[in-house]
Amino acid sequence: MNRYTQDRATRPKPTQNSAKFASALLQEEGLLYEVGHANTSGVDLEVLTDQPDRLGSLARTTPTGLVGLSEPETLRHYVRLSQRNYAIDLGLYPLGSCTMKHNPRLNEKLARLAGFADIHPLQPVSTVQGALGLMDQVSYWLLQITGMDAVALSPKAGAHGEMCGMMCIRAAIEEKGELEQRKRVLVPTSAHGTNPATAAACGFVIDEIPANAGGRVDMAAFRAKLGPDIAAIMLTNPNTCGLFETDIKEIADLVHEHGGYFYCDGANLNAIMGKCRVRDLGVDAMHINLHKTFSTPHGGGGPGAGPTVLSSRLARFAPLAFVTGDRATGFALAEHPEQSEAAFGRMCAFHGQMGMFVRALTYMMSHGGNGLRQVSEDAVLNANYLLARLQHEFSPAFAGTCMHEALFDDRFLQGTGVSTLDFSKALIDEGYHPMTMYFPLVVHGAMLVEPTETESLHSLDQFADTMLELAKAAKSGDVTRFTQAPLTAPMRRLDETQAARNPVLTWKP
Amino acid sequence: MRYLPLDDDDRAKMRDRIGVKHIDELFTDIPPSARLDNGLAGLPNHASEQSVERHFSKLAAQNVSAGSASFFCGAGAYRHHVPASVDHLIQRSEFLTAYTPYQPEIAQGTLQTLFEFQTQVAQITGMGVANASMYDGSTACAEAVLMAARITKRNTCLLASGLHPHYSAATQTLTHTLGVKTTALPPGIGRDAELIKRIDADTACIVVQSPNVFGEVVDLEPLAAAAHAQGALLIAVNTEVVSLGLLKSPGEMGADIVAAEGQSIGNALNFGGPYVGLLACRDERKFIRQAPGRFAGQTVDADGKRGFVLTLSTREQHIRREKATSNICTNSGLCTLAFTIHLALLGDKGLRHLAMLNHQKACALADQLGAIPGVTLLTPTFFNEFTLRLPANATEVIEKLAAKGILGGVPAARLFGPGVMDDLLIIAATETNTEQDMNDFSTALAEILS
Repeated sequence: MNRYTQDRATRPKPTQNSAKFASALLQEEGLLYEVGHANTSGVDLEVLTDQPDRLGSLARTTPTGLVGLSEPETLRHYVRLSQRNYAIDLGLYPLGSCTMKHNPRLNEKLARLAGFADIHPLQPVSTVQGALGLMDQVSYWLLQITGMDAVALSPKAGAHGEMCGMMCIRAAIEEKGELEQRKRVLVPTSAHGTNPATAAACGFVIDEIPANAGGRVDMAAFRAKLGPDIAAIMLTNPNTCGLFETDIKEIADLVHEHGGYFYCDGANLNAIMGKCRVRDLGVDAMHINLHKTFSTPHGGGGPGAGPTVLSSRLARFAPLAFVTGDRATGFALAEHPEQSEAAFGRMCAFHGQMGMFVRALTYMMSHGGNGLRQVSEDAVLNANYLLARLQHEFSPAFAGTCMHEALFDDRFLQGTGVSTLDFSKALIDEGYHPMTMYFPLVVHGAMLVEPTETESLHSLDQFADTMLELAKAAKSGDVTRFTQAPLTAPMRRLDETQAARNPVLTWKP
Repeated sequence: MRYLPLDDDDRAKMRDRIGVKHIDELFTDIPPSARLDNGLAGLPNHASEQSVERHFSKLAAQNVSAGSASFFCGAGAYRHHVPASVDHLIQRSEFLTAYTPYQPEIAQGTLQTLFEFQTQVAQITGMGVANASMYDGSTACAEAVLMAARITKRNTCLLASGLHPHYSAATQTLTHTLGVKTTALPPGIGRDAELIKRIDADTACIVVQSPNVFGEVVDLEPLAAAAHAQGALLIAVNTEVVSLGLLKSPGEMGADIVAAEGQSIGNALNFGGPYVGLLACRDERKFIRQAPGRFAGQTVDADGKRGFVLTLSTREQHIRREKATSNICTNSGLCTLAFTIHLALLGDKGLRHLAMLNHQKACALADQLGAIPGVTLLTPTFFNEFTLRLPANATEVIEKLAAKGILGGVPAARLFGPGVMDDLLIIAATETNTEQDMNDFSTALAEILS
């Protein structure tokens, strides 16, 4: 069995029923290249008064091959395509580990103010004091929430933030002259794939720690792995099983005693705001996914933002660029190595995801300190409510309550002929986006359900009713409802094997 | 609290169902010494829409927006007019509030637009394939270098004199940990071909930007030939993709990988982010298998109907973990959507017209400013951006221009640090500049320099 796919089918089974899906409101829509035209443009541009050529005989002589659409055709093409997407605004989106919460539209409105959207990253700093002030305020809020000493704002996504934290750790180890000896990074088996990938990209060797029967770090295995060659541990907390790592302080202390650092994956910060601060857990570095906890839109896969908070031991190594100064004396930017004591380098052009800073600060100020605590309490309450409603028909992976997400395995489907994949696809026919499936890897056929705090009790009950009805149907032998699903989506199951074997990545005439 | 649907009655009912009396019973796994009994005391309480809006309006008003000035800044980020329909469409709930398309049956909107995006990027760069985007141009550049090192199984890399210094720095930072040795040639104008004599049998790749950071258009063909003669790859960088409407594509000139910043099409300046990194390469198995990031690919569903999925994911971190080609997880989803919609509106005809309009404006502005006594145009070839030598410190000059309502370009010292090229000013013109803007600029500059 392939550990990572757990034999998940990547090709659809032969069809028994043909697609029943048809809707007067869902129009057929071809590719841009089938609806567009070579000579069409939907943009009116100023008439050319001159055709100069200072291109050093490097002018294009061949057409690009692009097609164009008029404005009305453009609206139709993309509105029709949009209708083939599931979205938070359409319904509960229980993707565990992704925190699919409501995206307030005030965030969007304010991010589009000309004073934020229409300013250039390299215009004189005297003309962007409000923008630098905003970045300073974002930092203040993130530091208050986490209790940490510094924050690097420039990382552009969660994985980029992981890289930032691990690069700081690497720089600290290098400064002590221990880079050759400290190569090993401990990563629990339940970690997001980005954790081992990041540690490897930073030049470290990955050593996996197994989970114990309770879904947390196996302390005996962890202790056995400690030694003078430990660079760091990368630990998600709450972890990807939806559980708070109860031994976290001991883990931090032991790693520190052995001269290593504690990187915390902050993907699940949504569960603990105002309930504890990661500083008090012994964390040295943690990225924060503004697109999860702080409601900036996921946008079909980005853009995200991954500010990374740092302890006093790592603050000096924060990458360029960063804001300096204060409101009284004026803000400035450190952009060159000589403006920083020990920056490990630069992670991207310019200074970070400003558009996401505006949205996240809007969200944080809207909730306030008391509201953010309520967010975490409601997120945890909602997940536990679903767990309570589902636990008898499903198989919770671990006993007891959970944090912001509930993990089930596929024992409840044993002998039914229905897999986690089939179950997920059947949920689509009921009008829901499936939960995260087959992750984390520590349980078989995982289903990770994260409702978030922005679901009402009514919405949770509807979802729970649907889940329970499906579980009963699976157990009562109604197998084709699952293996043939989805039948009512815009597409039936897609052939991933064919896509990978014969890659067609661009349209060709 | 307007974003929280539960009320206290709901919460009480739910606690009953769960079997706890107090919410804190769900948080007992937090070590007692770390529990915050008083919450986040250092932060203000929740605030109404109106009061939040007021706060942000004040902050926004402390910035000089490009639209309120005569604006000529570039150096990796460009101000173009984005049609109103682009921003409307990307705010459709179904695009804005969707996750990564991991369930393709209910994500065809995102997947098809990514497939169309990949095709457009491949077409304008003249390459065989493109991925579903990177964070920005600079991280695309760094990832392209790592990709080249894997393909060639070599580990040295040469960065040309005209490469944007942020791209240089990000590439060095993000590749040295994997043993890649990058050498950045000293910055300068007209010096990109100097790296030819540095290429040897250990060189994995050379990285050359055109138009380069000073605005010069660079002929990539001799560079590609020199690299290929040693078994090295040419990575072509482009930070102003509108230029591809008018310039010979990097693919046509022999590039093996293209790393570009796509912000110019569809995306606002946003003070530096979010932007959209483009990564395109040869349509060859050894390139595609070593590429970072996501690909959307065409396939069929169970009924034989054409559809799209994320594919080739055995390169990626969620499957391959520490052996992945990159740790990247997201792409720049919504920015790619803005890019693809704007480019669909432009089409071939519109892109070429837009590019010529930019070139026309820049040529006119260069002539106007170059005629000011003491000012020298240093870049004989350029697209929409050029470099001037001023008879004064450029940083001081742009401060004086800003006081007159003119954002007059980016001093080279801002990019390379003070002391090296203090009298150089990098100036961009686009279709957004009016004749009035340009006249105001040249009048003000002449006054300041006189």
